[in-house]
Amino acid sequence: MEFGLISLLNGVTYGLLLFMLSSGLTLIFSMMGILNFAHASFYMLGAYFAYQISALIGFWPALFLAPLLMGVVGALVERYGLRKAHKFGPVPELLFTFGLSFLVVEIVQLIWGKAVVDYRVPPSLSGTLFTLFSTSFPVYKGFMMMVSVGMLVALYVLLTRTRIGLIIQAALSRPDMAQALGHNVPRIFTLVFGGGAALAGLAGVIGGNAFVTEPGMAASVGPIVFVVVVVGGLGSLGGAFVASLLIGILQTFMVGFDYSLLDLARSLGIHLQSSPALMRLSVTQLAPIMPYALMVAILIFRPRGLMGARES
Amino acid sequence: MLEVRDLHAFYGKSHVLHGVHFRVGSGEIVSLLGRNGVGRSTAIKAVMGLATARGSVRFKGEEILGLRAHRIARRGLGYVPEDRAIFPDLTVRQNLLLGVKGRKQEGHFQLEDTFALFPRLREREDTPGGFLSGGEQQMLTLCRTLMGNPDLVMVDEPTEGLAPQMVAQVASLLCEIQKRGISILLVEQKLAIALDISQRLYVMGHGRIVFEGTPQDLRANEAIRKEWLEV
Repeated sequence: MEFGLISLLNGVTYGLLLFMLSSGLTLIFSMMGILNFAHASFYMLGAYFAYQISALIGFWPALFLAPLLMGVVGALVERYGLRKAHKFGPVPELLFTFGLSFLVVEIVQLIWGKAVVDYRVPPSLSGTLFTLFSTSFPVYKGFMMMVSVGMLVALYVLLTRTRIGLIIQAALSRPDMAQALGHNVPRIFTLVFGGGAALAGLAGVIGGNAFVTEPGMAASVGPIVFVVVVVGGLGSLGGAFVASLLIGILQTFMVGFDYSLLDLARSLGIHLQSSPALMRLSVTQLAPIMPYALMVAILIFRPRGLMGARES
Repeated sequence: MLEVRDLHAFYGKSHVLHGVHFRVGSGEIVSLLGRNGVGRSTAIKAVMGLATARGSVRFKGEEILGLRAHRIARRGLGYVPEDRAIFPDLTVRQNLLLGVKGRKQEGHFQLEDTFALFPRLREREDTPGGFLSGGEQQMLTLCRTLMGNPDLVMVDEPTEGLAPQMVAQVASLLCEIQKRGISILLVEQKLAIALDISQRLYVMGHGRIVFEGTPQDLRANEAIRKEWLEV
């Protein structure tokens, strides 16, 4: 009971953070057909920007300034990088984002070094929010959840209640037609790319201090975000949301569930003569590969993803 | 209104348009006919800025070839593609509102005018576009383009796959649009409604214009019909 509730809360927090990252990636992918390999780099940059700004003027200004800055960086990347690469077809475009992700890692190491930087949860947000039975739930997790839900509501309102959101939705399904109706689709692309980068940046701001801020953080979260997009279905924000929560919750539960086939056998009263390595593998050890196993299964049995609008 | 001269377009390495020319005068309905694959759709996509081409496209006296599609649309050119291209997840009303360019605009077509022309759209106002029948989707795309108050609309195969009754309705809608002072370039594979509602027609074959004239001329010219239109 206790394990279940706490894992659920942790899983939802992690899942919402994943959604903050994958929503931008999905929007960018479905609109422009670009699988942005540098998306997780925006997450990392967001964390480093937040670290730097926090050190200078505090965490609260960083919470707003770092995503804003990332949005501007993203818009510039689209306008002066991707749009130029786009003319040469999808492969150069993909290579561009791939190269960019390496470039960001190198730049980060040049400026902030290879070691973990001291980006911490601010004192006003540290401490325990509540204690459930014997496990405490930190204030910061609650704060992360609040920011994520706030972002979710804001994104929903923007997409469904505003004119620009309507144009974005139209450009998601038929960019050519939206443009033929007189909407400046290239400008919408820049805006969405910037917005996606800002969301990734925001995830970096609130994730960087909850986990660690170091040059490898983009590489560790990047693949999971791709998994979320594939499992949810390319081009579907709803799917990305469901997949983010699913993977977040599932992984958190698995990490906490230190139980192997051997334990199962033992509790059933079966005593084995030998215990092969496979039998001793615990669920915890399998947690890191779960997202990829899920992705492979989805690609085999449901290539469109959970809620995907199209196959490619 | 629209004057296309010496239009060349390439699809990959193949040369699909070999110097196509046509002209649509103010208030006219002009048809561009031809079998599948002769380059009709490519020609109007090129005019709309959705396909790369060279040559000359003048609209209201100004060269528009090379401009981006949204700029061309904002100059008053409307385009209704053959695959209808509705936004399937958005409601009928949202689809229509997307036809409006920019902020406030004055003109012949408001939401109410569209509903008056085609009451079925009002009944299905809150239905996602993807749930409409083929004919209704066709009306929706046409009306959506009209919401942008174009001076000329290019309509690609509006009668494709529609029941005879719907075809007649499309024809009368096109005539109604013309009455409101909008010129029309109708692109069709079959002669169906083209002969009845057009003032002039062009026939395309192998990326070239092989005939131009009035409906009477085409009715009289059996050779052209046999060679370039009939199956």
